[in-house]
Amino acid sequence: MALLQISEPGMSTAPHQHRLAVGIDLGTTNSLVATVRNGISTVLNDEQGRSMLPSVVRYVDEQNILVGEAAQRTQSEDPINTISSVKRFMGRGLADIGDTSRFPYRFLDQAGQVQLRTVAGTKSPVEVSAEILKVLRARAEASLGGELVGAVITVPAYFDDAQRQATKDAARLAGLNVLRLLNEPTAAAIAYGLDNASEGVYAVYDLGGGTFDISILRLSRGVFEVLATNGDSALGGDDFDQRIFCWLLEQNELSALPASDIRLLLTHARTAKEQLTEHSEARITAMLSTGEVIDNVLSQTAFHEMSNNLVQRTIQPLRRALRDAGLKVTDVNGVVMVGGATRMPQVQRAVGEFFGQTPLTNLDPDKVVALGAAIQANLLAGNRGEDDWLLLDVIPLSLGLETMGGLAEKLIPRNSTIPTARAQEFTTYKDGQTAMSIHVVQGERELVADCRSLAKFELRGIPAMVAGAARIRVTFQVDADGLLSVAAREMGSGVEANIEVKPSYGLNDAEITRMLQESGQYAKEDMQARALREQQTEAQQLVEAVHNALAADGELLSADARTQILKHIEALQLSLTQSDTQVLKRAITALNDATVRFAQARMDKSVAHALSGKNISDLEVK
Amino acid sequence: MSSAKLDLHQSYFQLFDMPQTFALDGTALEQRYRALQMTVHPDKSAHLPNAEQRVAMQQATFVNEGYQTLRSTLRRARYILRLNDVDTQEETNTAMPMDFLVEQMEWREAVVEAQQSRDVDALTELETRMHAETAALEAQLADKIDTEKNYVGAALMVRKLRFMEKLAEEIHAAYDAIDY
Repeated sequence: MALLQISEPGMSTAPHQHRLAVGIDLGTTNSLVATVRNGISTVLNDEQGRSMLPSVVRYVDEQNILVGEAAQRTQSEDPINTISSVKRFMGRGLADIGDTSRFPYRFLDQAGQVQLRTVAGTKSPVEVSAEILKVLRARAEASLGGELVGAVITVPAYFDDAQRQATKDAARLAGLNVLRLLNEPTAAAIAYGLDNASEGVYAVYDLGGGTFDISILRLSRGVFEVLATNGDSALGGDDFDQRIFCWLLEQNELSALPASDIRLLLTHARTAKEQLTEHSEARITAMLSTGEVIDNVLSQTAFHEMSNNLVQRTIQPLRRALRDAGLKVTDVNGVVMVGGATRMPQVQRAVGEFFGQTPLTNLDPDKVVALGAAIQANLLAGNRGEDDWLLLDVIPLSLGLETMGGLAEKLIPRNSTIPTARAQEFTTYKDGQTAMSIHVVQGERELVADCRSLAKFELRGIPAMVAGAARIRVTFQVDADGLLSVAAREMGSGVEANIEVKPSYGLNDAEITRMLQESGQYAKEDMQARALREQQTEAQQLVEAVHNALAADGELLSADARTQILKHIEALQLSLTQSDTQVLKRAITALNDATVRFAQARMDKSVAHALSGKNISDLEVK
Repeated sequence: MSSAKLDLHQSYFQLFDMPQTFALDGTALEQRYRALQMTVHPDKSAHLPNAEQRVAMQQATFVNEGYQTLRSTLRRARYILRLNDVDTQEETNTAMPMDFLVEQMEWREAVVEAQQSRDVDALTELETRMHAETAALEAQLADKIDTEKNYVGAALMVRKLRFMEKLAEEIHAAYDAIDY
């Protein structure tokens, strides 16, 4: 790979030699590459003078690949082999994608990441993205006249670990040395902040083709500090097109269209959306594969009405982000608009109303992310200008571990400044337990089942000890790219397990959205579910502890006392089958009470085991 | 920037060159935090070999952790007690004064009520009262630590403040629930 030929960064270049570094905005719809030349961040154009590369890849045959406009143009001719919006599949399993009939592709479910069957063979989203990146890399090298030292690749602030990892893999596959993964709204803030020498609190509202991010930053004396980020990663300009598309189907009473007609109408819907930014109405005429001609006029008012709830869905994350930052609307000094979808007047109006000020649009919303990424790339490559500045970013979603009873224990809360680390000690819950399974999850909900599973691994070889005696220290480290690695270590024996968290599949957009929206909404339901799980766990552990005690010291009991205890165990097991926290609680208390004397007798005998299942099993939180 | 030597075993107070007291100059802390990150942040060594990048990550992590610890009143108090070998017993000691517990129950009921009736004003009022109450507890905590050096007494205040923190989280969650 070409990057191996690059001289070791920082080792051999002359002090004043400018190192070629670029910022790449790998977008859902379009991708761009930018660099800093003579101190000014500039987007690099292709030979035809076009800055935006449509994020579309067409596999023509085994050898030939079309990327960008050429692929986009022929999209409806060959929908199966023409992959667009591949960003939506990055780091995702088939189950995450949901209704695959919406896409004209042939999906292949595979552990780790969904694959696409094309005329050129099976391709992963990482490979498809790498094709886009290769074109941008070639464009940059041709334009700058040399090999790149490295690149900063932007990702939605809401991308989870799997999606970030997949993006990094794609860049490596394209022969790029990744200097940093940078959050898109943060990149925009850099471009704005350094351009306007701004100070104060800024909100970056980033509505792209397929994702929505909101970041609240404080800019002060060259430091960009992200205070909070939020979003809805299943919401973007595409959804507005979809609304017009559905309207067209309704108006013309169409259903079950072939893939090529779906593409055709979506393209027309998009054109109409763009026209409605400037004009009060848009006319849509198209001929379907059946020969049927559609001809409709969509008014701006009707469009705003049908897309109003999409706009409103972006407002809720704004409130959450402000609250997480501990700020009020009036604390915000400026609002920066990013992403092509923010050109829509109804979006600008809604954002303006929410913040009580006119959003800033003096930088091209399509280019500002790439421009900011280039500025950071320049800094990271070691080309320091006069002004020194610093970026402090955060992780978007909490990271945690599964504990007893399927509960998620948060180790690193969302909006923690990165890099960050956190260690916590856990213990075994069974006598003689020699292995422990570590399940890493991401999300805001209390139950593991409601969070996203990132990785599972096992720590083996723990010396057999009584329950609760082993001390397993689990350390989470999140690096400056927002990528997580986890290490586990048994403190007594030094048995160790490390894992670079390469999740089998990442959080699905809809899931993240749902998780965030529900984490507030269902807080109470969570609490109840959590309380029940806790009681169930406690009950199971108590039963096990009593059984163990009976096996070890049963001779201390009279036949009568033994029968009594067994009766209570039976009752508790019965109540375990019902989902009633109170009933369970009473049964636990009853069994506990019934075993008090037995416990006393065992203590007297100086038996090491304590009977109270609770103490043995409870997770030790340090 | 080559990685400056940073002692990862010093206390966070030493790290930020601040007196080991509960009372804290927040502005100075922030300034020193930023100055330190300006030198240790991984962005400053992205062009250097991997080993140096790893060191930078450890150092920046340590600085972030220190900043988060000192910036939060509760975490700062806990940390000072730990440096003085006093366990705050937040997980083990559940013996709280009865009047305090009753008060906490009332708070929580009021939050649930405000949430159910979607009464944002009531919630805001509760939040204001909660802030005032927290501030009062923090003032007592400052006395216990800085003036009386009564760390065991301070541990009780920490446990009380932990309740207030949970209450703040519940108010937060209630706002979220009302929002949608």
